[in-house]
Amino acid sequence: MELSEHIKTANVEDVTLRRPFHPALRGTLCVTSHHLLFSDRKDEASWQLLILLKNIDAIEKSVENLFGYPRAVGSSGTITIKCKDLLVLQLEIPGMEECLNIASSIEALSSLESVTEMYPFFYRPSHLTLNGPWGLSSTEQYYKQTERLWDRWRVSTLNSDYSVCPSYPSAVIMPREVDDDKLIRSARFRQGGRFPVLSYCHHRNGMVIMRSSQPLTGANKKRCKEDELLLQAVIDGSELGYIIDLRSAQQAQQARMTGGGFESKSFYSHWKRIHRHHERGKVVQESLIKLVEACSDPSHSVDRWLSKLENSKWLSHVHSALSTAGLVVECVERDGHSVLVHGSEGTDNTLLVSSLAQLILDPASRTVTGFLCLLEREWIQAGHPFQQRCAHSAYSHARLKQECPIFLLLLDCVWQVWRQFPLALEFSEALLLRLAQEVYASNYGTFLCNSEQERCAAGVKENTHCLFQSLLRPDIEEQYLNPLYEPTDLAIWPSVHPQSLQLWTGLFLRWTEYAQNMEEAREEVWSIVKEHHEQAGPDRTNNTLSTHCDTLTPFENLMDELTIL
Amino acid sequence: LNHIVEQVKLLDRFSNKSVTGTLHLTATHLIFVESNSTSAQEIWILHHHIASVEKLSLTTSGCPLLIQCRNFRLVHFVIPRERDCHDIYSSLLRLLRPVSYDELYAFSYNPKQNDQQREEGWQLIDLAAEFERMGVPCDQWQLTDVNREYKVCKTYPRDVYVPITASKPIIVGSSKFRSKGRFPVLTYFYQEKKAAVCRCSQPLSGFSARCLEDEHMLQAISKANHNSRYIYVMDTRPKLNALANRAAGKGYENEDNYSNIRFQFVGIENIHVMRGSLQKLLEGVGTRSLSMTDYLVGLENSGWLRHIKAIMDAAIFLAKAVTVEGASVLVHCSDGWDRTAQVCALGSLLMDPYYRTIKGFMVLIEKDWISFGHKFADRCDQLDPDPKEVSPIFTQFLECVWQLTEQFPQAFEFSEWFLIQIHEHVHSCQFGNFLGNSQRQREDLQLKERTYSLWAHLLSENQNYLNPLFSPSFAESHPVLEPSTQAYHFKFWRNMYNQYDRSMHPRQSILKHVLTLQESNRELEGTVQALKTKLQKFGVNTSPLKPQTPPRECSLPPRPQSLILGAPLLSRKEVQQEEDEEVFGEEAREDAPASTGGERTVEGSSATENSYGELMGSFGSKNEPGVVTLEFGVARMTC
Repeated sequence: MELSEHIKTANVEDVTLRRPFHPALRGTLCVTSHHLLFSDRKDEASWQLLILLKNIDAIEKSVENLFGYPRAVGSSGTITIKCKDLLVLQLEIPGMEECLNIASSIEALSSLESVTEMYPFFYRPSHLTLNGPWGLSSTEQYYKQTERLWDRWRVSTLNSDYSVCPSYPSAVIMPREVDDDKLIRSARFRQGGRFPVLSYCHHRNGMVIMRSSQPLTGANKKRCKEDELLLQAVIDGSELGYIIDLRSAQQAQQARMTGGGFESKSFYSHWKRIHRHHERGKVVQESLIKLVEACSDPSHSVDRWLSKLENSKWLSHVHSALSTAGLVVECVERDGHSVLVHGSEGTDNTLLVSSLAQLILDPASRTVTGFLCLLEREWIQAGHPFQQRCAHSAYSHARLKQECPIFLLLLDCVWQVWRQFPLALEFSEALLLRLAQEVYASNYGTFLCNSEQERCAAGVKENTHCLFQSLLRPDIEEQYLNPLYEPTDLAIWPSVHPQSLQLWTGLFLRWTEYAQNMEEAREEVWSIVKEHHEQAGPDRTNNTLSTHCDTLTPFENLMDELTIL
Repeated sequence: LNHIVEQVKLLDRFSNKSVTGTLHLTATHLIFVESNSTSAQEIWILHHHIASVEKLSLTTSGCPLLIQCRNFRLVHFVIPRERDCHDIYSSLLRLLRPVSYDELYAFSYNPKQNDQQREEGWQLIDLAAEFERMGVPCDQWQLTDVNREYKVCKTYPRDVYVPITASKPIIVGSSKFRSKGRFPVLTYFYQEKKAAVCRCSQPLSGFSARCLEDEHMLQAISKANHNSRYIYVMDTRPKLNALANRAAGKGYENEDNYSNIRFQFVGIENIHVMRGSLQKLLEGVGTRSLSMTDYLVGLENSGWLRHIKAIMDAAIFLAKAVTVEGASVLVHCSDGWDRTAQVCALGSLLMDPYYRTIKGFMVLIEKDWISFGHKFADRCDQLDPDPKEVSPIFTQFLECVWQLTEQFPQAFEFSEWFLIQIHEHVHSCQFGNFLGNSQRQREDLQLKERTYSLWAHLLSENQNYLNPLFSPSFAESHPVLEPSTQAYHFKFWRNMYNQYDRSMHPRQSILKHVLTLQESNRELEGTVQALKTKLQKFGVNTSPLKPQTPPRECSLPPRPQSLILGAPLLSRKEVQQEEDEEVFGEEAREDAPASTGGERTVEGSSATENSYGELMGSFGSKNEPGVVTLEFGVARMTC
């Protein structure tokens, strides 16, 4: 079925558009295969609104005159469009039939599941070409950059056909002394084949963060020698490593009944296991839904608001993610031990914790490029199932399947770190907001599919553009820079007291609060910083002046002497 | 009196950390000096700041002493010997309950100024000039001498402004019909619409009493404004409270008896509710290893932010009535010195950009709080130990202003440090301004002759309190602030209520960084200028070197030095000292270390203060040295 066959009515005139902060507008509405287009009818300087259909999370229609005469004068319908970036729009459409047609076209087209029919495969801006490298980094590159690894670690390509672990990239970094055969056995012992792989090597002490999925010990406490050897090789003679299990001890026990489990003390004697409970899946998705609902009702009293905020538990998730990341950093940086992080599948909270820990530890991941590379390695290549997790956002009425806003949670945590260390990150809130939007609906192929394998099969790298590369184009990157950036080599330990964490108003109240004052204040900061740069650009001027003065000093001395004489 | 106790442990409130040091008890301060010589921090606690001292039951390591301060500091000492602990405890009990005003610190505090400087300090704020700035006296409003001798109302200032048509008999008659004699007087005049904000106490109307003079008085206020046919009478209490007062012969205005009034209840709770609410709030945010859920539930149950919103709502109502409708408003509560002061002051601040400057804010406090007799001595527990009179009314006002600074980052000349510093000194009894309950009492105490003014002190270091984002043009485009009162705008003021809990604060501050940039802009410009003059002296043409940027309008501010919290520019120790020097003023500052250069830490940024997890506990044993000695987790940084 061609995409265009879904479109029952392509064009409607005299539509009224209502959106936050703006007066209502009348204009023409068009539905295309991938977009909803609204343009007002003033010919010159006409104003347009273009929304990716994929961005539409829910659509609600109310039709007047439903049982009356069809096409009667004055019959009209209202469509409320709720987007995944939390924007809510209303369209008043004259004519009941048109209204229903538009609504059903949008519904059909916004829930397409075939990857290759999605817009990134059709997005062809004139300033970008499809040839050329795709993406910013790879396992091999990370290995090349990290000199500390060369001694004891190697790049293994045992997964080059994705047969050992379908959700891993083709190359992974492993201890030199463990050969590929052992890895294959270890992979069989881990859920989804996600055997322990290196995620980060600390530049200061060479300690590493590994990540994996849970071991399949099952009810009768199976063990796997190769898996044990692999972990032994990771700590290489040092006394201790930490396993941070992102489930409570009780949950980990229960997992054994369904074939999962945990690393028992007797078989992994040099590893100390710590359990931290993290909510996952549906619970987190429902948190988002509740939070967005609380934010979109401005009539709440203070008490009601606080109670709804608490009830959503969103900030509790932020709190536990940051605390566990802090714990990992504590192990690596302060105690000087290596860490293995895993939960159950190792595709969600595991990535959240390991990437947050890197942001806190590693100055390189706090630049724009470094942060995007981190996301690429730790989320996209590491196999976070973006397509499943981000199929719907907070408004959808569809029955939830695998949706879970873990990536949004990561962005929120990064925002919290930025609030506490406003000078330490090279990027600003704007980048996080952009990513929060792109992950749900995008012109680019970066967040398509669930794994490298799927992206390969769909030809994503050949047929779409890469978001990260386009964000790094100098003119674009500039919008996302933090004017106050001052790099620091140190770990930036965030405070995790509840008093130190805040609601991310920039995201959740983006469309409900008129943030103009904040925007102006931000501009003021920029102008002060720019002035500083000019003045100190500055330094050059100063230096030139100083050199002039230096050459003059002998004269000056001479003159002084003369005066004395 | 000078007690010295060694080997005292200071426990951190939120972690297992403790430091050892020496405790000194002096006539004015309790001082803790850490023994570790490299990072020897000092904590100075003014006796007046101590709200309560508690001796807990003996433990194996010693005798714990818990001290709670009015500036929300909470310190927990463990003193090795029970007898020492008891000595300190009983001395403190004696010291923190002064019986006469003469014992207050303000009367012994001497910042090494001569009499002339002190007098100049007291002359900085001139309320007559302030009324003149508003355009009063004018053809409708005049200064009356009826209260010159404090005969009509003991708690009002000598100089009050009333409508021209209100004769003395009317004033006196009205005052007899008002609680504590607090008759309606002018507090703010909105020149643009000739609308007045007046304040008074509740009428003694009971169930049916009337007073013709009082009715005339309101009539006179109404007639003084030609723009509106009616005036608003705002009773800031909940209706139920006002009804209950009727039974005691007090109450509220009956609309049938007063012509052309629009009566309105606002619903701000009384001092007792507010006291309880703050208590709950502090209990909530003072809990160790607080979970997010408990924090939010505690915040909600305390009701604190609900009360803040109620005050804000009332002030917005007032500002709208005056600026939009051009109507005059009469504000009262019961006695007209708590809620009335909050609403009048906050309403004026919304209407008049002047009150959003440093000087203007001092004037506002002097006018609506000090001169009109907010009972600072009672509410802040300066002298008379009546716990039922204590209430955080003024703190709430400061918080409302803070909430506004969060919504309008460019509207205020000052930053939150200014508000926090004022709060500090309202309780410190170090300056004369807030002593006593009324102007009359202050005159009796001869404060202007015997103590110093806080305003002079704050102005002398005003560069510490500047808001770098302040934009005078914002005031032009937004003369009247229209804050949103949606629930999510009301936030917990961590920097006030957890101000001494350093581990909670952001590790780097945008505010301070931008202030530093501004300063360095100024310095660079200075250098360039100096070099340029030098070159010109030698006849070198400097023109090709220059794209000279024009000097910035607000040329200050140098680096903030005495900000109470987390100044990332100074080491923690220095910050601590700075903060304590506040108390001592000039003389202690001389040996302060130069604040530039050297190492600094990312403030408080260490794993140990954050308690991420149970690393220690999970081992189940204490002999894991690698895990227990934690200090090198502190991130170090060089400027």
